[in-house]
Amino acid sequence: MLDIHIRLVSRMAGTRFLILRRQLVQSSVSRKPVHLKTFLLILVMVIAGPLGNVLLGKGMKQAGSLAIWPPTEALHTALRVFATGSIWLGVGSLLVFFLANVLVLSWADYSYVQPASSVGYGVSALLGYFLLSEQVSPLRWLGIAIICLGVLVVGQTNPRSLERSPTGMERSERA
Amino acid sequence: MLEVVLFLLIVLAGTGGELCVSRAMKAVGEVKDFRPAAIARVISRALRVGWMWAGVGLMALAFFSLLGALSILNVSFVVPVTALSYVAGALGAVFFLREQVSRRRWAGVFLVSLGVTLVFLGNR
Repeated sequence: MLDIHIRLVSRMAGTRFLILRRQLVQSSVSRKPVHLKTFLLILVMVIAGPLGNVLLGKGMKQAGSLAIWPPTEALHTALRVFATGSIWLGVGSLLVFFLANVLVLSWADYSYVQPASSVGYGVSALLGYFLLSEQVSPLRWLGIAIICLGVLVVGQTNPRSLERSPTGMERSERA
Repeated sequence: MLEVVLFLLIVLAGTGGELCVSRAMKAVGEVKDFRPAAIARVISRALRVGWMWAGVGLMALAFFSLLGALSILNVSFVVPVTALSYVAGALGAVFFLREQVSRRRWAGVFLVSLGVTLVFLGNR
């Protein structure tokens, strides 16, 4: 009787071990593509967001003066702005950024993805400098670097305002 | 003067829009199912919340203000200054959503404010 019991337990333990091992193998196998996927999407975010801003900037400079009064002038301005190719490329680029952001946030932590947003401020300035030949003073570069750092620090704090306590009741963030 | 108005609109309307959308999405509930049909149901539920419409309207206003700012100013100046939305976001979270903001987040908000001040000074 005892022997049957021990065999049963060892068999159950063995099955459990096999299941655990299979789960471990599966997770180690599936982990690599997830990391690559996350990395690629963050790279898309870092490029598409700032590129969108630069294209919007280029398009708005091309669109010329922006009169918004009287309303007929505003309509003409809007038509001129949305007839500019760079504006649509910029909007498309920002949509790609938005989509990549939403997708990556569906499996990766916010604090893991968020540095991409902080880097975006610096990349926007770099693209403005190199692609649009904007003049950037050393003081502005310093300010941009501090902004990136500040946004990074903000992003590393817990983004959830509510968390579950062991009793299942929700309590406010106290960090 | 026009620059200041545009930046105020970008930051305040943008942050206000995000807070309204955040409030609407809290009313809708946490999204756990990411299949297209489930997402479509979440969107249709969200569109029945008044805060969502207010949020989308404010975000559109912020976007057009950003276009206005980019028509007269450099990208390397406009985009970093829009980081002020983190300052407005922290203040809005405290006063509008009654959330608690950690010291570390306030430190980040201070760094962003310092950086924006330097960017403004560097533009002169």
